[in-house]
Amino acid sequence: MGMTMTQKILAAHCGAAELKVGNFIEADLDLVLGNDITAPVAIKSYEALKAQKVFDKNKIALVPDHFAPNKDIEAAQQCKTMRLFARENEITNYFEIGEMGIEHALLPEKGLVVAGDVVIGADSHTCTYGALGAFSTGIGSTDMGVGMATGKCWFRVPSAIKINMTGQLNQWVSGKDVILHLIGQIGVDGARYKSLEFTGEGLESLTMDDRFTMANMAIEAGAKNGIFEVDAKTIAYIAQHSKRTPKVYAADADAVYDEEITIDLSALKPTVAFPHLPENTKTFGEFGEIKVDQVVVGSCTNGRFDDLKITAEILKGHKVHQDIRMIIIPATQKIYMDAMKAGFIETFIEAGAVVSTPTCGPCLGGYMGILAEGERAVATTNRNFVGRMGHKTSEVYLASPAVAAMTAIKGYIASPEAE
Amino acid sequence: MKAYKYFDNVDTDVIIPARYLNHSEPAYLASHCMEDIDEAFAETVKSGDFMVAGENFGCGSSREHAPIAIKAAGIEAVIAKSFARIFFRNAINIGLPIIEQTECAEECQTGHELSVDLKAGIIENKTLQKTYQFEPFPDFLLEIVNHNGLIEKLKEKGV
Repeated sequence: MGMTMTQKILAAHCGAAELKVGNFIEADLDLVLGNDITAPVAIKSYEALKAQKVFDKNKIALVPDHFAPNKDIEAAQQCKTMRLFARENEITNYFEIGEMGIEHALLPEKGLVVAGDVVIGADSHTCTYGALGAFSTGIGSTDMGVGMATGKCWFRVPSAIKINMTGQLNQWVSGKDVILHLIGQIGVDGARYKSLEFTGEGLESLTMDDRFTMANMAIEAGAKNGIFEVDAKTIAYIAQHSKRTPKVYAADADAVYDEEITIDLSALKPTVAFPHLPENTKTFGEFGEIKVDQVVVGSCTNGRFDDLKITAEILKGHKVHQDIRMIIIPATQKIYMDAMKAGFIETFIEAGAVVSTPTCGPCLGGYMGILAEGERAVATTNRNFVGRMGHKTSEVYLASPAVAAMTAIKGYIASPEAE
Repeated sequence: MKAYKYFDNVDTDVIIPARYLNHSEPAYLASHCMEDIDEAFAETVKSGDFMVAGENFGCGSSREHAPIAIKAAGIEAVIAKSFARIFFRNAINIGLPIIEQTECAEECQTGHELSVDLKAGIIENKTLQKTYQFEPFPDFLLEIVNHNGLIEKLKEKGV
């Protein structure tokens, strides 16, 4: 019986010729990731194991990004714990704030993940690297600690949903709209325990940044991983960023899927997920004028160059509405620099937005833009749960950078299509 | 012991809000567990109580702080219709028993008296005078649960 892309990667990493859905395996890991929130707990687990040393100092990535630059004394302690562990264990891929970025934007940019890899990260959005044709998935701190010691992780082999994309996206519609549309269709547990495998002739028109955004939010449908078929764009991206050689796996022609969903990209419209679940999606025309207090462009979902580019294009020559606080957070130092060279940062500041150094910050209600009681935000981030960005009565509406930028100008949730 | 009943899609942000993730001590996390949707929980929960919920319990972030907070609050087991996968593995890995039992999850209400026999695979709702059976874990997971978590299992086997 044929295997899916995910099953083939897992099989190759546990020495099995064939895997069946539901098999428990121990897979060899190509990379283990942690951040300033999850790594300190993982380090405790690691130390409890009394391992002689980490399995491979070059295959562990530690990124202070959630509450870094340190937001308070406790956060500073957590970053310090991770920093000291990295020094003590000579971890090659520890990124201090001057060279850091939000982990899931940073790792592909640094070439640390290539097609065919198995990656675990103590962060749910680790599924982002599926855009590169890797199996990557979020796990907890115990798994991370064990992964650092042994280079292995246990998995239950998942079944998969095949997402067959056709057509091309219209102007103002991006990867964010595609993934919100899909989550709206299948629900926040629609892919629970499963892989989402993205394929089809529509793939070609999606930029790598679109694909990173889509794979990133696979977890928001409950998926174990979201993975993209590898094409010329993937190979070109990897060649540009990594010295490693990718290994391309394709699903077997007779691979079995639980379900096949076809998405006509040309039919999609700018999409907004209403509080308090990413599945509560609506398109413009299905809701009235919703006033907003804050707009955030950033995060591991939408803080990349293409996201800042469209934001700058829409903001250029306009002012942020007087009732809106607009916060723009480039996801990595490199993206920040590239945006500066392209003139985007000047456009943002002229428009009246603030620009922050890379951090997860407000996305998870950490800092750099917390919402007060009853306040409302449009954010390009990934979750809109109760209390996610601040007070428990505050609200987060998830949208693309284009919708976020237009909302910042108008003061209410607005579509760029209307202009 | 007493049940605390919640709804579908209880996410890790409400189990333990990120504003407390600058700490990782179990007792501290437990003191803020569920506070955005149930202010009384941390105050009233007693060791041996149960948490009961609908579909997709523990969806959202990978923070192990969520099952740690629940376990440290004294919860003996979480019973739900289904669990989000990262929460599922985190709970197994730290030795917090989790049980998928749809009928029990549906019928149980806050305040119901429950008892659970993990080995026999039986939940008893004493308030409703009803018992429910659940599938035991596959052997692979059972071995981790029986060791009270992955770390203890590996310590015994050696890394």
